[in-house]
Amino acid sequence: MSATQTLVCLRTVGQDNPASLATYLKLGGYAQLQKLVTEKVKATEIISQVKLSGLRGRGGAGFPTGLKWSFMPRYFDGTKYLVCNTDEGEPGTFKDRDIIRYNPHQLIEGMAIAAYTLGARVGYNYIHGEIWQDYEIFEAALEEARAAGFLGENLFGTGFSFDLYAVHGYGAYICGEETALIESIEGKKGQPRFKPPFPASYGVFGKPTNVNNTESYTSIPWIMEHGGQAFQELGVANSGGSKIFSISGHVDKPGNYEVNMGIPFAELLALAGGVWKGRQLKAVIPGGPSTAVLPAAAIIGATMDYDGLSKAGSSLGAGSMIVMDETTCMVKTLKRLSYFFFEESCGQCTPCREGTGWLYRVIKRIVDGQGRLEDLDLLTDVSSNISGRTICALGDAAATPVLSFIKHFRPEFEYYIRHGRSMVEDGLAAQSQAQQEVAYA
Amino acid sequence: MSLSTESQAKIDRELTKYPPEHRQAAVMSALRIAQTEKGWLSKETIAEVADYLGIPAIAALEVATFYNMYELEPVGKYKITVCTNISCMLRDSAEIVTHLEKKLGIGFNETTADGQFTLKEGECMGCCGGAPLFHINNTQMHEYLTPEKVDQILEGLDK
Amino acid sequence: MLNVEIDGKQVEVENGSTIIDAADQLGIAIPRFCYHKKLSVAANCRMCLVQVEKFNKPLPACATPVADGMKIFTRSKAAVEAQQSVMEFLLINHPLDCPICDQGGECDLQDIAVAYGAPASRYTEEKRVVLNKNIGPLVSTDMTRCIQCTRCVRFLKEVGGMMELGLINRGEHAEITAYVDKSVDSELSGNIIDLCPVGALTSKPFRYTARSWELTRRPSIAPHDGLGSHIEVHIKDGKVLRVLPREKETINECWLSDRDRFSYEGLNSPDRLKVPMVKHNGVWHETDWKTALELAAGQIKDIVNSEGGDVLGVLVSPNSTMEEAYLATRLAHGLGSDNVDYRLRHTDFRHDGKRLGVIWMGCNIPDLQEMDRILVIGGNLRNEHPLLAQRIRRAVANGAELSVVNPLDDDPLIPIKHKAICSPNDMVNVLSQILKAVSGMERLSLCLPKSLNDLLEKVRVWDNSKAIALSLTGHGETMDLISPRSAVFLGNISQHHPRYTEIFSLAEAIASLCGATFGVLSAGANSVGANLVGAMPKAGGLNARTMLESPRKAYMLVNVEPEFDCHNPRLASNALQQAECVVALTAYKSESLERDADIMLPITPFTETSGTFMSMEGRVQSFTAVTKALGEARPGWKVLRVLGNLTGVSDFDFDSTEQVKNDIFGGEKPSTVVWRTLNNNLRELIDVEIKVKLDSDLQRVGEIPQFQTDAIVRRSTPLQKTRQVVKAVLAALHPEQMQKLGIQEGERILVRQGSGSAVLAAHADSRVPHGCVRIPGALSATASLGELLGEITVERIPAEQPAGEVIA
Repeated sequence: MSATQTLVCLRTVGQDNPASLATYLKLGGYAQLQKLVTEKVKATEIISQVKLSGLRGRGGAGFPTGLKWSFMPRYFDGTKYLVCNTDEGEPGTFKDRDIIRYNPHQLIEGMAIAAYTLGARVGYNYIHGEIWQDYEIFEAALEEARAAGFLGENLFGTGFSFDLYAVHGYGAYICGEETALIESIEGKKGQPRFKPPFPASYGVFGKPTNVNNTESYTSIPWIMEHGGQAFQELGVANSGGSKIFSISGHVDKPGNYEVNMGIPFAELLALAGGVWKGRQLKAVIPGGPSTAVLPAAAIIGATMDYDGLSKAGSSLGAGSMIVMDETTCMVKTLKRLSYFFFEESCGQCTPCREGTGWLYRVIKRIVDGQGRLEDLDLLTDVSSNISGRTICALGDAAATPVLSFIKHFRPEFEYYIRHGRSMVEDGLAAQSQAQQEVAYA
Repeated sequence: MSLSTESQAKIDRELTKYPPEHRQAAVMSALRIAQTEKGWLSKETIAEVADYLGIPAIAALEVATFYNMYELEPVGKYKITVCTNISCMLRDSAEIVTHLEKKLGIGFNETTADGQFTLKEGECMGCCGGAPLFHINNTQMHEYLTPEKVDQILEGLDK
Repeated sequence: MLNVEIDGKQVEVENGSTIIDAADQLGIAIPRFCYHKKLSVAANCRMCLVQVEKFNKPLPACATPVADGMKIFTRSKAAVEAQQSVMEFLLINHPLDCPICDQGGECDLQDIAVAYGAPASRYTEEKRVVLNKNIGPLVSTDMTRCIQCTRCVRFLKEVGGMMELGLINRGEHAEITAYVDKSVDSELSGNIIDLCPVGALTSKPFRYTARSWELTRRPSIAPHDGLGSHIEVHIKDGKVLRVLPREKETINECWLSDRDRFSYEGLNSPDRLKVPMVKHNGVWHETDWKTALELAAGQIKDIVNSEGGDVLGVLVSPNSTMEEAYLATRLAHGLGSDNVDYRLRHTDFRHDGKRLGVIWMGCNIPDLQEMDRILVIGGNLRNEHPLLAQRIRRAVANGAELSVVNPLDDDPLIPIKHKAICSPNDMVNVLSQILKAVSGMERLSLCLPKSLNDLLEKVRVWDNSKAIALSLTGHGETMDLISPRSAVFLGNISQHHPRYTEIFSLAEAIASLCGATFGVLSAGANSVGANLVGAMPKAGGLNARTMLESPRKAYMLVNVEPEFDCHNPRLASNALQQAECVVALTAYKSESLERDADIMLPITPFTETSGTFMSMEGRVQSFTAVTKALGEARPGWKVLRVLGNLTGVSDFDFDSTEQVKNDIFGGEKPSTVVWRTLNNNLRELIDVEIKVKLDSDLQRVGEIPQFQTDAIVRRSTPLQKTRQVVKAVLAALHPEQMQKLGIQEGERILVRQGSGSAVLAAHADSRVPHGCVRIPGALSATASLGELLGEITVERIPAEQPAGEVIA
């Protein structure tokens, strides 16, 4: 592992048997849970540390975790639930998978601390169905934790009880949305719920529920150990802590890199070995396809944090960086992404159900050589009509690539429509690249 | 016809994860368990799972048809689901697909005549660092694929 | 209360209201498809997006709770853009088949598209096609038209109580379907036709018969049960083509049972009697009214004159109007007979003369869903009163506890808190136990009379009876209530019960000890009205049972088909066959009337006459004819009037139903009379015997299937095609009972009641208690049997004996 990484959530990576309880205990695991629970540290103190840490939801929305925790009702007559979202289905996102397969116990400890803090009796970790072997690793870790007395009834003899279970998705991107995920836990279709009410008041089985991303929970033990301030100081203002970036696409060494927030894009790209095959960087989707694509010129000087990417015209998302080199045809890439959102729309809201198919069909028609120049305005218009008009963010997510691809690579689309062929495949990659650089000069 | 006692025991274990009045919650697992036993989910199997959980059959059908890892038609002994989403596409999943199509003589959503293989196109599996990739029978993930590696994997399977 | 501003108008709304509530209150129209005031909020169609100050995105009016001081704009640029874009999305995959769509002219999508849609579509890609589903004989599907609003799914789940439809697949492929080939069997299924905002779900019987704008719409009252649902009858060229609900929140809300919605098909049945007919030497002849009426009046008059009024028996349907029941009663009295009755399916009349008033449901219909504790005795709610079942379902969803004492364990699709399923005869015992348990509750200071205390002393209280008592008195499992709103209701099975009066007495005692509402959910559309007009023997006359047990010389049947409508079809046909003269006022011909009657006078069904029904809650509802009479049929009240005139009954000159009604209520306002008259108390307690030993080991449980209740319903072809209608009539027994008797599933067995018998296929059904055989009534296959809840014997048929020799 590169020296410039900061291993908070992936701290067992590189150890023998990284997922085992023994390894985690060797690194001081579960000490924070035990300390907080046995010393009966007040929930308000824990929440204030989490607030101080600047930890923001690592699933993509970036909502301050401490603030979210404070929404959970303190007094409630009945079971409160804790849910972890390990349903990574946003293309380019694969960080949580490494947490559950290499460092499951830190997640369990983080969830147990959250459960203690929020008074949750039962927790579920909802895991993407496609990574079955990793699901089984996590199930095994749960067994170990139960056997060792870190989960279950009356933990450490304090009367605090917390049961945690692994549950799985089975092929639906939408379940990464927290209320769709809750529906799925309840054994229903993953159709997002209208909010309000939010899960904090009406979540799993209609009970108060706190939902966080895997990486968020996994950060908690470190924050408890080192203090909120220390975590905040790992990062930059407004973006506290370390962050795992999942880097995929045209880089030499794709994979997860846990680094401090605010790392310059260029450094992060270098960490992943740079653009592969010695090629030029063309574009980057910095946080998964629901974040806007950025041409090389727009991202090359950016820092990787919430504000930095916002300034560059996109957002951090889940830190899922998809790198595209000069040979990438943006029209065909958009076609694939549009197909994805068309395929994954849950079908509940009219604009998304009808609009994603419309977008895909028009783009496909362009790729099939039947495009019309007015299609680009139509695509923009249809995308804008979906955006902001659906129950969940999938509508916006489906619109974002269309809007940003056309915005930044319009000449490539126009070329495709005029010639019925890809500009890049016609050997005009350099021309395409040059146009972008002019635009961002 | 009906689910094996092993499968029922597995479903019972899943049921312990939820409050007793919320048996429907186990339907995702129960359908997976039934599919693992039967290879695919016939309407009878779905109805049986619904019955076992005490929920309306249509509620189970809604779930079975919503999540795309459930198979509602018979599939081959080995179902190969290749991700073609953006990260895999950028690392030439198309080459893997073409190789598989040529090797098996089938396209997506087809099954070889001998009933051994079914090819499926998958959406993002959350392992994009290992692109290109596929999984077999929803359980075994194979990453960093090359045509040669694909050959090795297929040869290693029990025929 | 919260103050909000919509489009510049101020409105004060209750806490928890949504924007759409507030807008509806102001009369500001916000377009909507998925939202329906009676269903859960889905917020999926997105048609009702509006702009709200301080929000950068448009919000769905249906799901957004208002906050104090909120400023809402439904017609601003942002709102209209959002609404127009949603409209465009809705239309891209919607077929342009309005000219052949039954919904055309009354289609929400069409109407809203006119207001919000663009003149031409920008969508040039291929359109979606969805396969149609066969969900039964009542609802037709054109699924390509579906806009996935899920109103139908939510209705069946939330109001109907069972998820029979679902939205399967996802995204653009999402489609509404039942499970594989299943039909939608809810007794409320027709409502999804009204709910569907497009032409995806339309009426199968009505399909392609008329365009909505060709129809004349007239109000009426549903004639099949005691609810008194408000209906709108749609007519073209004098023919009733469909029936829709008229919204009446306090009765049927915006719903209708399938029975009320689709029974109209029976009005156009080829069985309709169009001209008067007389039987001469066993052969029926058509004749004119004058001849027929004079013959009928003459024959009855002759018999009465020579043998006295007591030889005449008059049976009136509880679905006949108040005017008809009143005139039939006055006619009987005028002819010197006190033998008149509307309680055709009752068998126990021991509290005649002991009632203090007219028996009713004891409360108003909407009170039902406000109850905390409900006990239903002897009733199968979904079968008898589908819309009351729906209200109780809602009460239970809101935390009420439902208990039942019943001889059938049918699923009401309502979670039942406590139940006692026992043979009809044991119901009296169970109720005694509940009474004993209730009287023993510490919190009650009331004591029972000594006679009853003595009676109860021997009773041992079972656990479930105790639990029912605890629930009724407010000691709930989940929640104790100091003063629960409780109710005890008797259903149709209780009313037909051979020990009805004992059940009534015990139930009334239980209710009064608990401070609960007590009432009877009457079966007929006008049971309460017929009671009020006194269509019962007054002093010493014969009731519906005894006038068949002691055959009369002459009978007059008003709207009655004896083999289906009487408590004991075998007894009825015996009595009628012995009579010298049977005059049947009927809308239909039938084999049995042709066999048993001598004169058939064609009267009109409810759509072709004016009249009044009094509902189970005592609501007096008059209606007028919605179409002209078929053939020469005449309103029943007119026929009765002429018969009265011809037989010389005094003060019998009525020119209209209003005059008759005025006579009934003595010139007072109906509500004044009703208020004075309704009373479920008894003058004295009926003697209760806890344990009555029956001669037979088995008792029949004969309920009336919902689509067999009366002559109209029985002739509605679409209703008769539904799955609820038993194709092969079965004798259902508890599986252990069958085993004990050595009977195999499907085996044809001989069932006997008195001198009547039938051969039926045996069927194991664990919903039937031990000691019982479930055989429905009002069916041809069971018309040879006796009382609905009478004793019965079961015999295996020796293999060598050909089944054909036995009466089937």
